[in-house]
Amino acid sequence: MSTTVSQLDEVKTGRWNGGRSPFNVEYGKIMMWFFLVSDAFTFSAFLIYYGTQRFAHLTWPDPDKVFQSIPFVADHGYPLVFVGIMTFILIMSSVTMVLAVEAGHRNAKKEVVGWMIATIIGGLMFVGCQALEWTHLHHQGFWWGSIPQQEGVSPEVTLAPYFSREISEVSALQFANLFFTITGFHGFHVSVGILLNIIILGMTLANTFERRGTYLMVEKVGLYWHFVDLVWVFVFTFFYLV
Amino acid sequence: MASQQHDHAVGHEEGHHEGMTKGKIWRVFFYLLALTALEFFIALVLVHGGVIQKGLGVNITYIILTLLKAYYIVAYFMHLKFETFGFIITVSIVFLFIIYFIALMLTEGTYMKGHFNPFPFWPNNS
Repeated sequence: MSTTVSQLDEVKTGRWNGGRSPFNVEYGKIMMWFFLVSDAFTFSAFLIYYGTQRFAHLTWPDPDKVFQSIPFVADHGYPLVFVGIMTFILIMSSVTMVLAVEAGHRNAKKEVVGWMIATIIGGLMFVGCQALEWTHLHHQGFWWGSIPQQEGVSPEVTLAPYFSREISEVSALQFANLFFTITGFHGFHVSVGILLNIIILGMTLANTFERRGTYLMVEKVGLYWHFVDLVWVFVFTFFYLV
Repeated sequence: MASQQHDHAVGHEEGHHEGMTKGKIWRVFFYLLALTALEFFIALVLVHGGVIQKGLGVNITYIILTLLKAYYIVAYFMHLKFETFGFIITVSIVFLFIIYFIALMLTEGTYMKGHFNPFPFWPNNS
């Protein structure tokens, strides 16, 4: 009997026995993770719909033929090169962000500022590249609800340069809609990320985190920024490679 | 003030266990770069050079490389690998639904291909 009582009285110190956060992660960071999980669902839904459309059509535009320009350098003939540069820029800015977080752990304000500026520049470069690519496609006639058209010419002829197999107006239209919607939604996320990075840079410069004693905010915004990079990895594969 | 102190404590606790050192960050960067380079090698040299044909095998390779890249970003850059097991499960298990959703929608897409395709298409001889 006495042993039972002493066992009941024993203070449990396990991770899930209460009294402290079982995750050992700060509240705001958990909420950022949960937001990112929900956002990942949105992007997944978009990309899965793209896959569904692709599976549902007998033919589909060949990405190697649609994306083959390098702005200011060549109008066609270089598939994947420009998007390769964009991918590199985004991975690079992800690295500078994680370096900013690392500097934040050491409370090194100057380094945080430097890496944050590098990250913002990377983000702006990426959005700039995307704007160039959109402009190029728009000039060719692609937009939401529109594909290249020439008066008096059969779509068969106008659309031929974008297909490797059979030509279909409906496939081209779905491709255009989904391309602008998904890269647009991703570009919107990048833009928001740049804005958040600028705010965080301002707070760092204003010594807000120095006074708070922790650069945890840099980490939270960093999570968002890496997520944007993560989404691009998938968009890149499913739009440009597959 | 109290909550600020709490934030401080939690932040520090985390800083103590395995973090990302500068060397580790650059190593992960080179992994990501190498995987991307491999994707470009397959796309530009192998597929464009005519060594292999675009098809299921190539696509599966791309998807595996993509998932590998995603792993490195989430585990190391987003630091998930160093969180507690409970937290890792909390944020990752829901993606089972996404896997199910993919299977469901691709099946649906294949069905639509067989049943609703009245749109014209032309053979491409270019």
